[in-house]
Amino acid sequence: MHDHLPSGGGVDLLAVLAPILAVVAAAAYLVAVVFSRRPWPRHRTLLWLAGLLTASAAVSGPLAGAAHAQFEKAQFEGHMVAHLLLGMLAPLLLVLAAPVTLILRALPVPSARGVSRVLGSWPIRFLTEPVVAAVLNVGGLWLLYTTGLFSALHTSPAINLAVHVHMFAAGILFTVALVSPDPMPHRRSYGHRAAVLIAALAAHDILAKYLYAHPPIGVSADAAHAGAMIMYYGGDAVDVALIVVLCAGWYRARHRGASLAWAWPHSRRTPARDLAVD
Amino acid sequence: MSERSSSGALLLSGVLFGVGLAAFVDETVFHQLLRWHHFYDPAGLEVGLISDGLFHAFGWFAVVASLFLLAELRGRGRLRWGRWAGGVFLGAGAFQLYDGVIQHKLMGLHQIRYEVDLFAYDLTWNVVAVIMIAVGAFLVVRTRRSEAAAGA
Repeated sequence: MHDHLPSGGGVDLLAVLAPILAVVAAAAYLVAVVFSRRPWPRHRTLLWLAGLLTASAAVSGPLAGAAHAQFEKAQFEGHMVAHLLLGMLAPLLLVLAAPVTLILRALPVPSARGVSRVLGSWPIRFLTEPVVAAVLNVGGLWLLYTTGLFSALHTSPAINLAVHVHMFAAGILFTVALVSPDPMPHRRSYGHRAAVLIAALAAHDILAKYLYAHPPIGVSADAAHAGAMIMYYGGDAVDVALIVVLCAGWYRARHRGASLAWAWPHSRRTPARDLAVD
Repeated sequence: MSERSSSGALLLSGVLFGVGLAAFVDETVFHQLLRWHHFYDPAGLEVGLISDGLFHAFGWFAVVASLFLLAELRGRGRLRWGRWAGGVFLGAGAFQLYDGVIQHKLMGLHQIRYEVDLFAYDLTWNVVAVIMIAVGAFLVVRTRRSEAAAGA
């Protein structure tokens, strides 16, 4: 029944570790909300919890089980859905929860300054450069699906773990580079970010169509068709959400300090709350 | 934002929206609903796959960005629907013409429909595109304001 599981329990490690890490991350966030010097918007907490749930569901529980299903088509489809959740949707939800802003508000000021310094260091700045993050993301996908790496997922628990960690981390970096609501003094212009997003979305779609016709090693044509379409349309969905968030940021930045009632006369929201950074 | 630059932004918003709308309609109506197009046509050129991906990605961005730009212009009281609509027709028609001539024919990326005599379909597709461009151009010219009348 579990003939697709690699030996050594590597997949089991991911399935066990993920929920534990998720619970720890959720608790840490909630504690920080309590200690925060200013009221914390409820929707951000919900985003954080939703993101953790999505990430855990991708690697443990019934969905991850489908990725190891007995029938090959269901297995590749399950893989694709799990990767979309782990590499694209979860990062979007988690980044929009503005965890860095929260940390900075919850820590004592000297410690907060220390954190700020670390986040402004050149390795972090390099990794959150849009082009760099895009290459890590999309390049990683091309490597995974067009080389023998994909079949190695099923035979080596270490590779399986590494690939999933990379996918998640690269997704986070990419999302941060593009739309993070947290303070980022070195952030690129909207035009630059838009161009990188379009290119990455295109590369993702091109890969999906390529895989349709050139299945990864060890995957049948039928399975490849199904998985490629999930990759294409699912990727589109999350990427469109990214585009909306990016454009909304542009729009809001143009009216920083101005009342939102100017554009939507019937809005009841408080302008300051929507426009302030922290 | 001056009258002239907002006029340009208005046109840009319309054109972007038109391109994105045409791309979106192409995707939904022809790929999904009618299932005439195929997800992948092996007869297509490799460069076509790249161009297809880029246009698809750009189309999504165009729809979203054009709407935010529209909201921006509306808020500043610079919205003139006739001019915006002209831009939409221009953008949609241009995309459709590009799709009909270059993507379908030159690159062989995919055809409008398979296992039918293509000529009638191709002709209709491209003629409609040209008509849309003509309507768009007419609207844009009609809503052009002379420099003297603009004032600021």
